[in-house]
Amino acid sequence: MNARALELKSVSKSFGNTAIIRGVDLAIPKGERHAVIGPNGAGKSTLFNLISGRYPLSGGEILLNGESITGLKPFEINRKGLSRSFQITNIFQRMSVFENIRCAVLWTLGYKYSFWHRLGGLKDANLRAEEVMESIGLKGRRDTPAGVLSYAEQRALEIGITIAGGAEVILLDEPTAGMSRTETADAVELIRKVSQGKTLIMVEHDMGVVFDLADRISVLVYGEVIASDRPENIRGNKAVQEAYLGTEAH
Amino acid sequence: MAAAPSRLRYRPLNLARWLIWGLTVLAMAVLPQIFTQGFAITLMSQMGVAIIFALSYNMLLGQGGMLSFGHAVYSGLGAYIAVHTLNLASSGQIWIPVSLMPLIGGLAGAFFGVVFGYVTTKRSGTTFAMITLGIGELVATCALMFKEFFGGEGGITTNRVVGQPFLGITFGPGVQVYYLIAFWCLLSMALMYAWSHTPLGRIANAVRDNPERAEFIGYDTQRVRWFTLIISAFFAGIAGGLSMINFEIVTAENVGALRSAYVLIATFIGGIGFFFGPIIGAIVFTFFVVALSGYTNAWQFYLGLFFVLMVMYAPGGIASLIMMQVQLIARKRFRRIAPHYLAAGACGLLLLAALILTVEMTYKISVDSADGTVMNLFGVQFDASAAPPWAVAIGLWVVGGALFNMARKRVARILGEIQTEILQAKT
Repeated sequence: MNARALELKSVSKSFGNTAIIRGVDLAIPKGERHAVIGPNGAGKSTLFNLISGRYPLSGGEILLNGESITGLKPFEINRKGLSRSFQITNIFQRMSVFENIRCAVLWTLGYKYSFWHRLGGLKDANLRAEEVMESIGLKGRRDTPAGVLSYAEQRALEIGITIAGGAEVILLDEPTAGMSRTETADAVELIRKVSQGKTLIMVEHDMGVVFDLADRISVLVYGEVIASDRPENIRGNKAVQEAYLGTEAH
Repeated sequence: MAAAPSRLRYRPLNLARWLIWGLTVLAMAVLPQIFTQGFAITLMSQMGVAIIFALSYNMLLGQGGMLSFGHAVYSGLGAYIAVHTLNLASSGQIWIPVSLMPLIGGLAGAFFGVVFGYVTTKRSGTTFAMITLGIGELVATCALMFKEFFGGEGGITTNRVVGQPFLGITFGPGVQVYYLIAFWCLLSMALMYAWSHTPLGRIANAVRDNPERAEFIGYDTQRVRWFTLIISAFFAGIAGGLSMINFEIVTAENVGALRSAYVLIATFIGGIGFFFGPIIGAIVFTFFVVALSGYTNAWQFYLGLFFVLMVMYAPGGIASLIMMQVQLIARKRFRRIAPHYLAAGACGLLLLAALILTVEMTYKISVDSADGTVMNLFGVQFDASAAPPWAVAIGLWVVGGALFNMARKRVARILGEIQTEILQAKT
């Protein structure tokens, strides 16, 4: 239980002279649902981009399951079992829902760059894709091009692509952004379901979602983690209230 | 239980698909029995080669989202390696049958795909396009520098009749070459179609649509582009090998920028969004080049104009226009629009006549006036420098333009109505 799925050691990132992330230390045990919150511009998305390899680090080290992933490319990090979603929907617009999901399972199932397998004959990949579509509630939209789905459906597909490969560590960047109340409730249930038995790290603005889902919460302000604790303790934390909760939410 | 209906969808047995493939095979087998003239055989042979070349190009452009300006490098170098191999075979130094020369071309194309592709596919988008242009120029320059291999201005010639006839096949007569090309064309078509339904083929689509996301589902997009290019270069090389057998000569033109531009134009005219698009494009384009160039020296003008019009008004190519009609037929609406198509087509013919008259008279006066300005068009003889023919041309432009505009608007209006009906029927 104490094994760490993800560990950040004094991670920092600067763009030019501007320091966005200033020495973040974070340790997330396996199986935890962890939320990263903080005011706009605190560097939450940047932190995700560093963990997933989208941006190179300016300093520090990131460990995935105790192994350094610092400096690896996104696809190398993904192959080690970390998968992420995006704040701005990032799907394969011209492909059907089914094709979107199936593409996301191919690497993990070992089909890699194969040009000697026929997609229609890949029973495991097709079955897995159907399962994922079922679990994200898009089975009825199987053959619809992803680009014409509704916003909430695209967000669900975004999560579907992220989890389809079976990654053990899942990063969700604002999964409920822009959703209505009922859509958010559905999304929370979906996230709870698909992150079962996995390590989940999410950036989220909706405090209802955060306190509902998270085992622990880290508060990021101006590129620094000012608190990392259980939800009830975060709620009572003076520094957090001043920096964040007091001014923005509730 | 629940998986049963979806399992049905995986069945590859699709009647329409088998029908289309069957008809294609039949057409390729029967056509040279109907059109037996040498000219027709040559034309169809060139079409077969162009189909392979255009399909291989669309692997990059349509499937992989890579706009290449140097695809002729792979077909051309494939042709060069194949012609040298054939010459070695005919001098008895090695034994490889002529019918396998396209495979030699393909392997050579793939080899250069490995080498050049490694450089070009490092980047995507505009940068990729620029690098392919550079590599194309590089190879074209080499073709003039290294005379030993490329044969300089004259190129490398060969004789495709090698050794003893096998079952009476010598590849001397054009029709035997046609059937060799048809065989390789069908095989390449089937293989490239199959490729588009493999993991690599589908991931190439994913990388085209959203390279960033592809990286986050475990794929090295550079590798995906590179592997796609190697396979594409392989089929381009097959086309090169066949064209070498067909013409019995390979020159610097085969690797040149013009050849690269042609395959881009042919593929785009046909339509990059559907597998069969480049096939149609290759047929139409070859017809333009081979047939039209026999009738008029201004054929490149017509080709350029046609290309521009397609890019502007039908960016999905001929394939998308066909698919639109198929949709209309499937929804039983085609009959309603058909008469208006005919009307617009008739008015379009008037405009086409105006265009041809204007272009040919201009050409006669400006370029081709050494032996006078009297010319022959549509069986009518007239003086291009006299006023009456120009008056006719202007009249055709005005009347044709006005009528075509009216007909075009009506077609657009009725198509709009049909679309609304279909959308309403859906909800």
